[in-house]
Amino acid sequence: MSLAVEIASWALLLAGGAFCVIGGLGLVRLRGFFPRTHASSVLDGGGAGLILAGLLLQAGWTLVAVKLLVIGVLIFFASPTAAHALANAALARGVKLEQDGEAPSKR
Amino acid sequence: MLQRAILFLLFYAFWILMSGYFTPFLLGAGAAVSAAVVWFVRRMEVADREGHPVHLGWSALGYWPWLVKEILKSAIDVSKVILDPRLPASPTVVRFRPSQKTVVGLVTHANSITLTPGTLSVEVSPERFVVHGLTRASAQGAVDSEMDRRVARFEGGR
Repeated sequence: MSLAVEIASWALLLAGGAFCVIGGLGLVRLRGFFPRTHASSVLDGGGAGLILAGLLLQAGWTLVAVKLLVIGVLIFFASPTAAHALANAALARGVKLEQDGEAPSKR
Repeated sequence: MLQRAILFLLFYAFWILMSGYFTPFLLGAGAAVSAAVVWFVRRMEVADREGHPVHLGWSALGYWPWLVKEILKSAIDVSKVILDPRLPASPTVVRFRPSQKTVVGLVTHANSITLTPGTLSVEVSPERFVVHGLTRASAQGAVDSEMDRRVARFEGGR
């Protein structure tokens, strides 16, 4: 594998990892149900996507790459559906949409 | 019939790509299973225009790269909010009327909103989208957005 592909791959993997850590941090730091769901969307939008892209470069033109793509497409369709279902369920169970912004955490 | 053939080829290609073995038995089994699944989805009536929107064609594919770019941009925006010591979140709810006409278009628009970090579609109907945003700016960005126009464009007529 050429050095350029290797560098690009690791840049994507590291960026994806960073998004995962930030998303996890956001889950802890943000207050209220809906702001926390935004943190989790950083995880699967930025984190999982970039890590998959980095792994794709590692895999090259192989069947493994196809499987990674399938995982990506699955996340692409399943994660917003799940997030929407979660939000809608929270709303139906009486979580208030508007007064969700509490004071920021001191941590 | 054409749709059934396309479905069969898609299933069979999926089988071959997932298995990676090219022995006669596995190739034959794949063909049999693909044909059976095509028959099942016809009987279950899930292979309709919504579940299998081939009519959108290639124009929809042009939307994906743009969406990936938007996802990365807003992932960075949300990361900035999370990492900022002051935690400048200003949760905001917006309500607006989407301009899509078809179910596929509405679902694509709503899913795109949710996929983009910082905005979340909470309630979806043809008359009204309720979108929650992590910041006031991100919520207001979802109203009459470029995303709305792009989805409406490739959705086309019925």
